[in-house]
Amino acid sequence: MSEPTPKFKVTVDNITIEVAPGTTILNAARMIGGDVTPPAMCYYSKLPESGGKCRTCLVEVSKGSEKDPRPMPKLVPSCRTTVMDGMEVKNITSEKVVDARKGIVEMLLINHPLDCPVCDQAGECDLQNLSYEHGTEKTRYEFPRRTFEREDLGPHIQLHMNRCILCYRCVFTADQLTAKREHGVLERGDHAEISTLLSKSLDNEFIGNIIDVCPVGALTDKTFRFKNRVWFTKPVDAHCSCTKCSGKARLWMRGEEVYRVTARKNEWGEVEEWICNECRFEKKSAKDWTIEGPAKIKRSSVIAQGHYENTKKTPVLIDKVIGKEPKFLLNIHDVSDVNRPEIELSKIDGPAHSNDFKTGK
Amino acid sequence: MEKLTNRSVQVNRSPMTIGERAYLPSILKGLGITLGHIVKKKATVSYPEQKRPFSPVFRGLHILNRDEEGKERCTACGLCALACPAEAITMEAAERKAGEENLYREEKYAAKYEINMLRCIFCGNCEEACPKDAVYLTETVMPANYNRQSFIYKKEDLLIPNPKQQG
Repeated sequence: MSEPTPKFKVTVDNITIEVAPGTTILNAARMIGGDVTPPAMCYYSKLPESGGKCRTCLVEVSKGSEKDPRPMPKLVPSCRTTVMDGMEVKNITSEKVVDARKGIVEMLLINHPLDCPVCDQAGECDLQNLSYEHGTEKTRYEFPRRTFEREDLGPHIQLHMNRCILCYRCVFTADQLTAKREHGVLERGDHAEISTLLSKSLDNEFIGNIIDVCPVGALTDKTFRFKNRVWFTKPVDAHCSCTKCSGKARLWMRGEEVYRVTARKNEWGEVEEWICNECRFEKKSAKDWTIEGPAKIKRSSVIAQGHYENTKKTPVLIDKVIGKEPKFLLNIHDVSDVNRPEIELSKIDGPAHSNDFKTGK
Repeated sequence: MEKLTNRSVQVNRSPMTIGERAYLPSILKGLGITLGHIVKKKATVSYPEQKRPFSPVFRGLHILNRDEEGKERCTACGLCALACPAEAITMEAAERKAGEENLYREEKYAAKYEINMLRCIFCGNCEEACPKDAVYLTETVMPANYNRQSFIYKKEDLLIPNPKQQG
């Protein structure tokens, strides 16, 4: 292309930026970054065709374009609306948007169970963050929520249909990333559910990525199920030599134990590079990986508690001060039942049960 | 240096007078204070028979609660451990198996739950953080002991007795 492509000027919340034509409002806002970016539950930049379903990214367009300055009559989904030259968008500065988002969070939570204490996604859940920021404390819904039995999608993936918000991200992932799709959405409307037809097991080398893509705890890693809370494990970037995928992953460790392996996510919570099932479910030992260092975690996230980057170990000087090795009066590991060396939780396939704790004391 | 308060007093370092060197007046003054305490109200209570009133917000020993049917309420969500400023609480979770529904309320439960009472500062943040009404601070004062090992309180020490089994 020899001629320079014309750039469109858009203003999001009074911040102006020039973007290429065909960019969506959401992506333009993401280029600005910060608070003006609308939240997105179903849109995923790595998955073409995704978006337009959850309605959390609704924005108000107060000026259509330079040529046609009339405002758009209704709020528009920013993930599906492309920018026009001179467009003015209001996100958090618009009362209409803030009010609409509140309603949408309430709608998303209508059938979502309040089982965050049990759910493994808690702490890194998009819906939790969204309802914390934009939602109301109470629901006005008085009818029974729709409930499903939990389902196994293959040996490593657990589906909790109760928690699903039908964003279709996993369906797009299975469709686009893997050669043949084996699960999809069954039924319609209020009865719609993600399932594998005839409980077909999904054996595909990259199917584990639907866990990372899921914004809620509907699809969770069975090898990590109930092992630990997300915020008590330390995220560490690591790589391995894998023939199937890039091998770049994020390990969630506690001490030397690798509790969970996920793909690395960027600042919008989107996977940077897909990883294969072998890396995700089978390499549960620190020896399989070359550790690069602690992962970057947003300060606002609960995972940032006790998470330090670029730490230096300070020398212990107590023995020099008192002239001898200090005597420990109590080694907690002699007494404690937690973290017993003979019970390696990260090595257990699937969640631990009462019989797993029978060994030892 | 500028005085920070007006309550400081300059120490008198002048040599003692004859009256002070005689000691008797000072001894009598001291005895007077001692004898005065006989008629004053006692500062102590005779403990086992008599107990001091507790404040209604007193925070003592922890318990792990059960529901009306005797099932354990704790689901090992980790919020108490997260809220704990002294990092005294640790736990390990497990999944409820078929046939254990009468023991645990939710599909996940705390297989191990420990409070290190040497670390605990009785702030009550765990009670406040608990979404399942499982951990409570009682009005019992933590008992003293001779060794440190006995201050690691395990789940069996913290759980309240099952009301169903007691009959």
